[in-house]
Amino acid sequence: MDLFLVILVDGLIYGAWLFIVSVGLTLVFGVLGILNLAHGSLYAIGAYSTATAVGIYFAYGGDAFPLGSYAVMALAALLVAVVIAPLLERGLLRHFYHRDEVIGVLVTYGVFLILEDAIKLIWGVDPLFVYEPYDLLGMVEAGPLFYVAYDFLVIAVSAVAGFAVWYFLNRTRRGKVMLAVIHDREMSQTMGVNVDKVFLLAFGAGVFLAAFGGALTAPMISVSPGIGVNVIIVAFAVIIIGGLGSIEGAALGAVMVGISRAASVHLMPELELFIIYFVMAVVLIFRPEGIFVRTQTRKI
Amino acid sequence: MKALSDIRVASLLALALLIGGGLALPDWALFLMTIGLAKALVSLGIVVQMRAGLVSFGQGLFFCIGAYVAGLMANFAGLTDIFVLTGISVLACLAIGGIFGPLLANYRGIFFAMLSLSLSMILYGILSKMNSLGGTDGLNVAAPTFAGYAPEGRALSLSLYLYTSFIVVAIGAILRTGFDSQHGLVSLAVRSNELRVEYLGASVRRTNAINYVISAMLGGIGGVITGLAIGHVDPEYAYWTTSGEFVFVAILAGYLSIPAVFVASIILELVRSFSNLYFPNTWQMVLGVFLLVIILTLPNGLGSLFHRRREGGS
Amino acid sequence: MSTSASTGTPALETRGLMKSFGAVTAAHDITVSVPERAVWSLIGTNGAGKTTFVNMVTGYLHPDQGTILFQGQDITRLGPREVTRAGICRSFQIPQLCSELTVLENVLVALAIADPKPPSFFRKARESAAEDRAMEILKRFRIEEHRGRLMTELSAGVRKLLDIAMSMCGHPKVMLLDEPTSGVAAEEKFPIMDLVMEALTAENVTTLFVEHDMDIVTRYSDRVLAFYDGRIIADDAPDEVLSDPQVQRYVTGTAPAEASS
Repeated sequence: MDLFLVILVDGLIYGAWLFIVSVGLTLVFGVLGILNLAHGSLYAIGAYSTATAVGIYFAYGGDAFPLGSYAVMALAALLVAVVIAPLLERGLLRHFYHRDEVIGVLVTYGVFLILEDAIKLIWGVDPLFVYEPYDLLGMVEAGPLFYVAYDFLVIAVSAVAGFAVWYFLNRTRRGKVMLAVIHDREMSQTMGVNVDKVFLLAFGAGVFLAAFGGALTAPMISVSPGIGVNVIIVAFAVIIIGGLGSIEGAALGAVMVGISRAASVHLMPELELFIIYFVMAVVLIFRPEGIFVRTQTRKI
Repeated sequence: MKALSDIRVASLLALALLIGGGLALPDWALFLMTIGLAKALVSLGIVVQMRAGLVSFGQGLFFCIGAYVAGLMANFAGLTDIFVLTGISVLACLAIGGIFGPLLANYRGIFFAMLSLSLSMILYGILSKMNSLGGTDGLNVAAPTFAGYAPEGRALSLSLYLYTSFIVVAIGAILRTGFDSQHGLVSLAVRSNELRVEYLGASVRRTNAINYVISAMLGGIGGVITGLAIGHVDPEYAYWTTSGEFVFVAILAGYLSIPAVFVASIILELVRSFSNLYFPNTWQMVLGVFLLVIILTLPNGLGSLFHRRREGGS
Repeated sequence: MSTSASTGTPALETRGLMKSFGAVTAAHDITVSVPERAVWSLIGTNGAGKTTFVNMVTGYLHPDQGTILFQGQDITRLGPREVTRAGICRSFQIPQLCSELTVLENVLVALAIADPKPPSFFRKARESAAEDRAMEILKRFRIEEHRGRLMTELSAGVRKLLDIAMSMCGHPKVMLLDEPTSGVAAEEKFPIMDLVMEALTAENVTTLFVEHDMDIVTRYSDRVLAFYDGRIIADDAPDEVLSDPQVQRYVTGTAPAEASS
């Protein structure tokens, strides 16, 4: 029973993290039809920006109000989104909307290559550390083990983010319009929807979520070049499991992978690296396009 | 028959050029050419599949298998003969490709790209964890021998280069024949309109599976030569960014011209060496910009500058 | 003109086909028996179920219930590829052509695939024997002058003819034409249908065509099936069907008919 609880908690923590870093990717694909290979780089930029911003915060008297560093983290992610999203979407991606989905992958691959070096040029190659926010909340006892309370903050933030996205899409006017575009872009256009604006908003949200994922993670790791490269792989697997373009799918996929990985870490450590692909393979056998699939329009 | 003699003439010319050029080149250039040509084979594998409308982000899988065949056979079985190693890697890739080809042939577009990428990453994961195979450090690979001949120094570089040249010209000729064949035209038809092809009575799945296996073998040959040339193999060969470079070359070259793939691959190796020396933190950026420019301006790659798809009629 | 006294197995038969998409019934109890060498037309407004019928017969969709028989053989669960190989071909409302291939290459592909041997890895696609055969087919449909052109350079009529020419490369026994003259200039409609029907009857192909143009219907078909709301509401000779009040109400939208020419 203890082991079960440990696996559950570990699984939820990792699953929550997976959700945050994957939901932006699936949202952008659902709305724009572009699978953003640069998603990991945006995550990394979020982490780096946070490291810098929090560093500055504490250097200029943040010690007086350390919890403010959390706000700084969120703001850093927001800044990244506000600066980069319009540049990328208006300046580059919009030229490729009418083309094949795979072209979108290739274009974002080019962006990934550019951003990875941009990161090195801006922040150098040495790792950055920003531990303070991670230690701030202390430790917490859950079952037989002690956890860093920050890990539970990640769960909370992830749940809030998931709820926020769900609420936006299903309960606000703008969100329902976005859902319509996800469902059928052409039809929405004929109905008079300003698809351009929806695209920019969706892409902006995707960039923010990616950067925010990085911001959240920065205090837990050493921020160095290449952290984004691994994240993409994991995020892809999650959204393939959940179904490309599906927010619920990303949530379900994240939880499934999170718990599977926690289980394998405690029960069969050799499998840890592949468990995500194992889950993906099993899901694809029963649902070849992921758990929640978009309906296809008839061609002939 | 005229076309066949065209291919023969072109092949002999290419071979002559490569041999003649090679004899004149310094060692570092020979090395670069060998790597460039070998890696081009891997990118040709992507081109084979692009002609049917698929972009594989997982050629690293077979590139790595080929490379590790070289590493494992040399270290654990004492086999260093390059002909044998090439043969084994082709068989290994044929087997693995034969298993996954039919499975992946059910997918298209993004799904195919990401699943092929995942397979490659699985191999990366396996190799990274297997310390008996060197783990993330990989294995050193002994110098190849050539049917008993065991050269060193410049003789080795030259032998490897000449072997690669012969393989490359032979494969180029075979692929050209394949592209011009009925199967090749059906592949192009699949790229344009899968539904039509099915309604004509052909299996798109079968076409894709066959192309996948061909690509697998090409990846393996490229991998075994590269592993032997560099003298070291590690799991990075299967990492997705390695696959990405092969995709870059394939996009840069396009799927219309085979020589363009070799040229593009060699260019990439030149840029890589040059950049590593002078600006190690911007060469990826250069690649990225280049890729975007090509996609925007020459959607069919460099090859489309020389080989207009328009030549339909006669 | 009638289809009674059909000897032997019907070329194509459907029994009780049912198909729904959510709340929409695209096919309700479609039972049809088409004798060999018949030339029938299918009429009905958009969404009445004609294309759904064609899609089911050719394996693109599977009926929720019912069976489809080709020369007595159950083909209900087969996909487009197997149905084509069995001997039923179709043309498309929007011509399905290979956009990156020239007109000649499109036919070369069709021929290469129709061949019982799988496409060769060595034989050149463009060898002279194959090109000659392809040119013959293009000439038969009077589109040989377009052989080097791409799809985007062709008029609607030429695209339709190419689409049909490709479908015929497999020498089918049953052919379903989905709106063969839609989008075609008025003065080209009859010439195109003449060409197509000549080619089909020359090979004794059982033909079903979907049409909106009643002149084409009366001129080329022996019998007409009128669809409405997923059901067949009339099944008779053209004159009878076109003067049927239900058909006039739900399909042609004409007042009590004047005698057609």
